[in-house]
Order: sequence, then structure tokens, then C-alpha cells
Amino acid sequence: MTQQEALFKYLLRWGDNALILSHRLSEWCSYAPFIEEDLALTNFALDMIGRAQALLKYAGEVEGKGNTEDLLAYRRSERQYYNNLLMEQPNGDFGVTMVRQLFISAFEKDLFTELQNSRDTTLAAIAAKTLKEVRYHLEHAANWVIRLGNGTDESHERVQKAVNDLWMFTGELFEMDEVDRQLLSDGIAVDISRMQERWTGYINDVLQVATLQKPQDEFMQTGSRNGIHTEHLGHLLSEMQYLQRAYPDAQW
Amino acid sequence: MSQDNQFPSWEVFMQSRPGANFIHQGSIHASDKKMAIQNARDTYSRRGEGTSIWVVPTEAIAASTTEDADMLFDPANDKIYRLPTFYTMPEGAKHI
Repeated sequence: MTQQEALFKYLLRWGDNALILSHRLSEWCSYAPFIEEDLALTNFALDMIGRAQALLKYAGEVEGKGNTEDLLAYRRSERQYYNNLLMEQPNGDFGVTMVRQLFISAFEKDLFTELQNSRDTTLAAIAAKTLKEVRYHLEHAANWVIRLGNGTDESHERVQKAVNDLWMFTGELFEMDEVDRQLLSDGIAVDISRMQERWTGYINDVLQVATLQKPQDEFMQTGSRNGIHTEHLGHLLSEMQYLQRAYPDAQW
Repeated sequence: MSQDNQFPSWEVFMQSRPGANFIHQGSIHASDKKMAIQNARDTYSRRGEGTSIWVVPTEAIAASTTEDADMLFDPANDKIYRLPTFYTMPEGAKHI
């Protein structure tokens, strides 16, 4: 693998994470529990679209085959997507969405903090900009998980179920492969496997305040590094890509 | 959602630059201070305007009623000596 190929794949991962989670959050538009939260969730989705656009645009430039961010978003198939499995999991109830956000934003806060020091200056600049947004997403999600955990019996039970159901998708966040290792030695990528302990400690603290139980680490789902996804991504893409697939190159 | 299960109402004030007055923006619903600040931010400040946010529980605001408007605001109108209308304006003074 050349360094160019490795960087292309690396950028797709973080770009795809932002794009897919953004789409999931946008599904809440007009369905959130109340209007302020509707604005918050769609606002997060817009933050992530901006991040996806920057990362995929840069990925296209690195690849050097004339792919724009739009082509990368709308013309790749499921097996060519490298987002973590957690991103594509369905919204479920509001508790599921907040737990998913907590797990992801806690990971992304550490990720982008470290990527700010990447020797790739474009990636470092995107990371610095993203970090401000991610800090806000994390605070919002953590506050909600704490509120729901300490809320009614029903909210406690639902949010605990969300934690249990999503836990098996968290191990994959910290997986590293040849792409990571190659770029790590060049000072471009960061060592995400080292971040797992801090992440677990932070999540543990939030769950304790929320009076929730941390599940045991048992079987962890994996696959996205090789483009293997859960059944949910195909459905998401068919909706997201419909227009460009049905009417290629359609313009406003 | 009926009125009964809404979160309490908060009034939102924002400052557009350091030292400026906090200006009332509108109101939002939230269950606590933290949520109120986040909701205020998401509802009224999404494009980088502002340096600080105040949120105040709506019930903490004492407001006059419209019936009191006469008592509070009218007296000034029939005491014309309170108004600076008896000064002769120098010719040529404009924009006053």
C-alpha cells in the first residue's frame, strides 16, 4: 500500500463516520421529543455534514482520480463505505440516539484532540475545527444520558437497554489495521488503540452518575475496516443516494 | 404535546459582543439550567453571533400588566412641562 492509498482510506473512515451519523441524525427532523431538541439534533447533523464534506473533498484530492466529495458520498456502494458500525445503527428511541452519540462523541473528542497534531496539516486543521463541535455534542449527549438514567423508571430502563444493545459496537472504534500503522509511523495517524482505556474510564464515570450499569466486554462486532456492515447501512444508503442513483449528475 | 407536560419555560438573553447589553431573544423550554443554555444556543445562536447567553426562568420575571399601562406610562403625557417642547429652536439647527 502506498502512503497515498493509506491516507485516502484513512480520510474515508472519518469522512464516512461523519456522513453516516449525520444522515441518521437528520432522520430526527420534525420527530424529536420537542422543538428545541429537534433543532439541536439537526444542528449536529449539519456540523457533521460540514466535516464529511471537508474530509471527503480532501480524500478525493489525495486519491487523484477526479472524485469530488459528492461523487464519493453518492456513488459508492455499501462495501466501499468504511464508517464504524456504530454510526449506522438505527435511531431507536431518543435514549438510543443519545447513548450512541455519547459513545461516539467521547471517542471523537480524543480522536480529534490528537489529530490536531497530525503531520498532515489539512487533516490537523479539520480536526481543530471539528473538536469545538464535538465537545458540544459530547456535553449534550452526556447530560441527556445522565438525565434519562436518573429520570423515571421507564427512562432508566430504556437508556440502560440502549447502553446494553450498543455496547457490542464500541470495541470496533479502537481497532487498528495496516492503514493506521503505516500512517502512524509517518506521524499522520494517531494510535487509537491507546485511547480505549481513557474512553472506557470516561464512559464509566458518566454511567455511574446516570446510575446505569456498564455492560461486560463480551462479543464485539467488527467489519467496517473491510467494508463489512450491519444490514442497516444498505437501507440508509438507498435512501441517501436515491436521487443521484436515479438521476446521475442531476443539478438543482 | 399538551401544555401540561412541557418543560418549564425560560427567557433567553444574548450578548452580541463583550460589554454590550444582553438583549431578549425569546423563550425556550428546558428542564434545568444546563439544558436551558444548550437549547438557547441551538435555538437562537447557530451562526456564531454572540459572546454570552443568559437564561432566566420565566416565572422569575415580574411583569406589569397591560391594565397598569395607564398608571405607569400615561402621567407623563399630560404634564407637558415634562417634555422639552418650550424651548425655541434656533433657526438653522437641524436633526434635533
